[in-house]
Amino acid sequence: MSLYFTKEHEWIRVEGDTATVGISQHAQGALGDIVFAEAPEPGKTLNKGQEAAVVESVKAASDVYAPVSGEVVEANPAIADDPSIINSDPEGEGWFFKLRLADQGELEGLMDEPAYRAWCETL
Amino acid sequence: MADVADTPLATLPLDTWHRARGARMVPFAGYLMPVQYEGIMAEHLWTRQSAGLFDVSHMGQLVVSGPDADAALETLLPGDLKGLKDGRLRYSLLLNEAGGIVDDLMATRQGETFYVVVNGATKHGDIEQLRSRLPQGTVVDYLESQALLALQGPRAAEVLEPLAPGVSELTFMQGGRFTIAGVDAWISRSGYTGEDGFEISVPASVVEQVADALLASEFVKPIGLGARDSLRLEAGLPLYGHDLDEQTTPVMADLGFAISKRRRAEGGFAGAERIMSELENGPVQKRVGFVVEGRQPVREGARIFDGEGNEVGRVTSGGFSPSLQKPIGMGYVAAALAQPGGALTLEQRGKLFTATVTPTSFVPHRYHRKGA
Repeated sequence: MSLYFTKEHEWIRVEGDTATVGISQHAQGALGDIVFAEAPEPGKTLNKGQEAAVVESVKAASDVYAPVSGEVVEANPAIADDPSIINSDPEGEGWFFKLRLADQGELEGLMDEPAYRAWCETL
Repeated sequence: MADVADTPLATLPLDTWHRARGARMVPFAGYLMPVQYEGIMAEHLWTRQSAGLFDVSHMGQLVVSGPDADAALETLLPGDLKGLKDGRLRYSLLLNEAGGIVDDLMATRQGETFYVVVNGATKHGDIEQLRSRLPQGTVVDYLESQALLALQGPRAAEVLEPLAPGVSELTFMQGGRFTIAGVDAWISRSGYTGEDGFEISVPASVVEQVADALLASEFVKPIGLGARDSLRLEAGLPLYGHDLDEQTTPVMADLGFAISKRRRAEGGFAGAERIMSELENGPVQKRVGFVVEGRQPVREGARIFDGEGNEVGRVTSGGFSPSLQKPIGMGYVAAALAQPGGALTLEQRGKLFTATVTPTSFVPHRYHRKGA
């Protein structure tokens, strides 16, 4: 299992050819109280960088982008029912969706966890 | 708007105080202002159940004086200022000659002069307009060295009374001079949250000791601009530059209560002709509140359609209501569609939402009115 991050503050946990995607601790902190989240429908094909999900806090709306290309295989129903779990456990229970990876090679340009956490410190 | 992107940002007298209490500072109305401390939702709910302390020192505090200052102000404002009793406040509107709203404000009679509080983002323009458009001999002073705090919520009076004895005798929209924490202050029972509460004007040089004295109460927390916005939206109070602008008249904005009875009969204020006609015949568009189905907020700028798909207006404020736990908003629609209970379709980023027209006050006001 490997964990990657993007500069847009998404995380990707890869197990075999499945990638679980969510937003980082830093992202939830910047957004504030999350009141709405919408994950993509299973079966949808996403290209890397494409708008994949929507997350809204009291203050603002923002998009979650697909960090890698693939087909959505599962959406997390819990974030629709109780979006506040994205605040309380963004990198665990608050995951957004799972993808079947189209191209393992796309993982290469992403940050690993130490690099991402160090980069967040500079923001 | 009054602000230009490259204008350097001013700091509030309490800038360091806010940062020391964990505030996230953002640019607003030309100032760096605290948008939140612990989080908008928690701050919002705290204000509704206890008492919140807001720093609104960005707002413009003015004194209008001169012979017949009341009559002078009545040339630009549609409120009855001549009939306003000493120490009483009135919500009013600075109008342009076409009846459009240049700003909304609070005017308080202090003897023969008026203490006027205007919006921060528009204060410099307001001062210019008042100085150029008020009759000769009327003087407009900008109280630049005054800070302004607001203490809002059901526990505001019990918190403030021991610090400023006598304030709990004030009723909604009444003010007076008090000493708070050893400082001379003008305190009024008013605010922008729909709750009981007070606005406290003190010299900026001593505002910190007043803020500290208020925050020493276990019932008080500092509240940022984020919750100030969600609180005023739930209370149905319009925000200038969003829900009100120079193209909007008081009648369109459903602020007819600000056009006093005597003024309706006599006219004689900027834009009176158009405003009287709208009062008689109804406006083309009207400000309404709405509740959105589902959980997703629909925000400012979303388009509004009727049942047949005709565009009938725009959303001017929208967000998630922390008290009601659902998305609410306000906007302008064709007057025929302004009846509560009516259905609207909203469009935001290509997605359609169903909304129901409601009265603009989503939560009941809890002002401390006379006799209450």
